[in-house]
Amino acid sequence: MRRKIRVSGAFREPFERTSARHAGKASVSAGSCRNKQAAQKAGFFLLFCCILMTLLFLGSIIYFVFAGGSKVVNWDFLTQWPRNAMTEGGIFPALLGTFYLTLGAVTVALPLGLACAVYLCEYTPGSLALNAIRIGINNLAGVPSVVFGLFGLAVFVKFFGFGVSLLSGSLTLGILILPGIISASQEALMAVPNSLREASFALGATRWQTIKKIVIPQALPGILTGVILGIGRAAGETAPILFTAAAFYTRRYPQSPFSEIMALPYHIYALMTEGTHPRQQTAIAYGSALVLLILVLLISGTAVFIRQRQRSIYG
Amino acid sequence: MDKEIRMRAEGVNFFYGSRPALKDVNLEIYRNQVTAIIGPSGCGKSTFIRLLNRMNDMVPKSRLEGRIFLDGDDIHDPDTDVVDIRRRVGMVFQKPNPFPKSIFENIKYGLEINGMRDKSVIEDKVVDSLKKAVLWEEVKGRLYDSALRLSGGQQQRLCIARCLAVEPEVILFDEPCASLDPISTSRIEELLMELKQEYTIVIVTHNMQQAARVSGNTAFFLLGEMVEFGKTQDIFTKPRDSRTEAYITGRFG
Repeated sequence: MRRKIRVSGAFREPFERTSARHAGKASVSAGSCRNKQAAQKAGFFLLFCCILMTLLFLGSIIYFVFAGGSKVVNWDFLTQWPRNAMTEGGIFPALLGTFYLTLGAVTVALPLGLACAVYLCEYTPGSLALNAIRIGINNLAGVPSVVFGLFGLAVFVKFFGFGVSLLSGSLTLGILILPGIISASQEALMAVPNSLREASFALGATRWQTIKKIVIPQALPGILTGVILGIGRAAGETAPILFTAAAFYTRRYPQSPFSEIMALPYHIYALMTEGTHPRQQTAIAYGSALVLLILVLLISGTAVFIRQRQRSIYG
Repeated sequence: MDKEIRMRAEGVNFFYGSRPALKDVNLEIYRNQVTAIIGPSGCGKSTFIRLLNRMNDMVPKSRLEGRIFLDGDDIHDPDTDVVDIRRRVGMVFQKPNPFPKSIFENIKYGLEINGMRDKSVIEDKVVDSLKKAVLWEEVKGRLYDSALRLSGGQQQRLCIARCLAVEPEVILFDEPCASLDPISTSRIEELLMELKQEYTIVIVTHNMQQAARVSGNTAFFLLGEMVEFGKTQDIFTKPRDSRTEAYITGRFG
């Protein structure tokens, strides 16, 4: 806040000086300067309002989730199984399931997305095919998540016969976050200066050596940014796992990738739409939402930490 | 000029798309000599020098006619291994471009990609090439610091050390002092004089004094044509072509 005010002050100063200098010579230019300043003030005020509004939304989301959830969240809530038809107990299996699903999705999407981005950036010269693929990937990013869910149901659950399982869900979520990881990786790879590639080639490095040892390490912080966003999305999506992985209730921990699992977003959905004790269930749903929020924050935080460390080693 | 020919360009034409950048360039580069290429901006100097180790392969829609030989082998022949050519013909670029790694790793990289695994040999090689590039005394206490923390001139000498480590036969310098201050520039020039004992050197430069100081032969390029090529002394004292004379006396360019 304080910083913002200082910036606007620095902007204003030269204008004031100019208007003072011109004031004696021509009143017209002094007037126009005053108008410019007024316009600037109005502009900054508008921007400030927009920021305030955004923060307000963010703040109120966090407030309501905390207000609703903080009463039920405690150690038992995190570590215990649901009891008494979801009206008591904890959310441990859902928490575990979301963790597995997110991990699975990133495991699927990161190698695939990175490979795609490397191929598009480093191997294909600017061609028609490249543009077509790029447009395709951008469109994929715009596909509604429930469509991914149906795709997962048709392909992984039915066609490949993986059933409603952790595996099907991970694959579906993986494809969902794939476009984001591809475009983030592409941008990161393109931001690597060409001079580094040339330096490597000039030493007698092959394309592959250059990509592996120079380009990708240099692009890693940007790639990790894509992964962070992907993690957030994979952990929070409900529709893609609705038909492919999630169960309302499981009696056991997932035994294998082919087990049905519980997951936080679906757990919240189920608590709010099914069951016979809305009041107790709503409280648990808020608690689950809070846990989901914190979980995503923790995973992202770890990725941010890794990214910062990567950046600061040599900079 | 009765010395051994190391590289030779024969009738080289080069096009960026449909725009010709080089027109029928014929040039010999002699062993253990510094060959300077001078000329105004946009005359094709850099394009030419980048052809000598096939750096222009990556330029989309470019086309080469004519042939370039290294020890009698056509380097653009489809059977030629471009990776091997680039190891034998090293390059130092206009802007210092050390990798964002430590000083040590910058040099180690070239050794590793060329198959060197023995740690103690790598260490010896790193020290050796830093000494050759006259950088050792300045960096010996901080080999594991980021190369990006070095000054511009030091970075450029690190790039030279990195290049020397892979034991090239020819070294191409593409305006190596363009972004350096006069002191760093004179250091690099001294280094060039040292290196010429062991290596064949081609240097592109804007700076005519530099060409006169360091080179044995000089080629003058203008608008993609090689106007004149000969002993540096002759080019600067009795140029045969009036355009060369106009350029070196500062009437254009």
